[in-house]
Amino acid sequence: MKLNDTPDEIRPAATDAGLTIAGKTYASRLLVGTGKYRDFDETRAAVDASGTGIVTVTIRRVNIGQHANEPSLLDAVPPDRFTILPNTGGCFNAKDAVYTLQLARELLDGHKLCKLEVLGDEKTLFPNMPETLKAAEALVKDGFEVMVYCSDDPIQARILEDIGCVAVMPLASLIGSGMGILNPWNLSLIIEQARVPVIVDAGVGTASDAAIAMELGCDGVLMNTAIAHAREPVRMARAMRLAVQAGREAFLAGRMPRRFAASPSSPMAGRIA
Amino acid sequence: MASVTIELNGASHVLIAGRTLHDLIASLDLLGKRVAVAINCEVVPSPHWPGRILKPDDRVEVVVAIGGG
Repeated sequence: MKLNDTPDEIRPAATDAGLTIAGKTYASRLLVGTGKYRDFDETRAAVDASGTGIVTVTIRRVNIGQHANEPSLLDAVPPDRFTILPNTGGCFNAKDAVYTLQLARELLDGHKLCKLEVLGDEKTLFPNMPETLKAAEALVKDGFEVMVYCSDDPIQARILEDIGCVAVMPLASLIGSGMGILNPWNLSLIIEQARVPVIVDAGVGTASDAAIAMELGCDGVLMNTAIAHAREPVRMARAMRLAVQAGREAFLAGRMPRRFAASPSSPMAGRIA
Repeated sequence: MASVTIELNGASHVLIAGRTLHDLIASLDLLGKRVAVAINCEVVPSPHWPGRILKPDDRVEVVVAIGGG
């Protein structure tokens, strides 16, 4: 689609140069996952409606014996149309995460961009930061461009950046919880100091959550369940596209200060009574 | 004919002795598909499949990309 064919409401603002990660610029600041959809048709329709340029995938064993001619995710979301971001979902230590991404790199023809997530436990899916740091170091050394799921801790985020991660991706609330932006203050601290993109990864539940993340000054938002588990995923994907744009525009516009006192919008002078 | 037992994606798998990784992938109808393979935790790039003869107790992983967040 040419820019001129895009309706005004979803045309990126002229002042927004887009999201640049590891030297590549993406028009959309929304990143979406491909899990939890009914089928690949729904996945593709939601991905298209979201306007994203980056989709996450996960790496799993082939089901031996199941037929090889089944449709595959990468037919629905082809790597020549989208930047595929392999993740380490389900990894609980650095070793498994590094190994998974080495396989992913082979699978994706040497593609270096990846999403590192090393989980702490199954109940919270909170990141295990010591293992995350260890994996990040190994991956950066091995030439990967690492986007990293992390706690919303400005110190950890800074360490990850110093290691050489290309984006830091703090959680806003637990993965898949849809609880929204629970600690905007921590996110602000991370954003304020970061020299790489800050992308909220996890916790967004609805469009306003995505807008809040962007209004805080996040560079992007990554989500999966909020779209896939909406009653109408494709419509929600579009809502998220608009929310991310609206939030970014509001951030660039600069919100009015919060005031305790009222301030009339209509002039008091010249009233008839 | 002599056989070799390997571990394939966590399950026991029996092959005729002397078969290569390429033969294994072909037997699974996965040649030309987007898969990646590792043996004993080392990734084996596809150009090396024909030269890699499978040995007893090799742990072979064959993976694909699936939906995830």
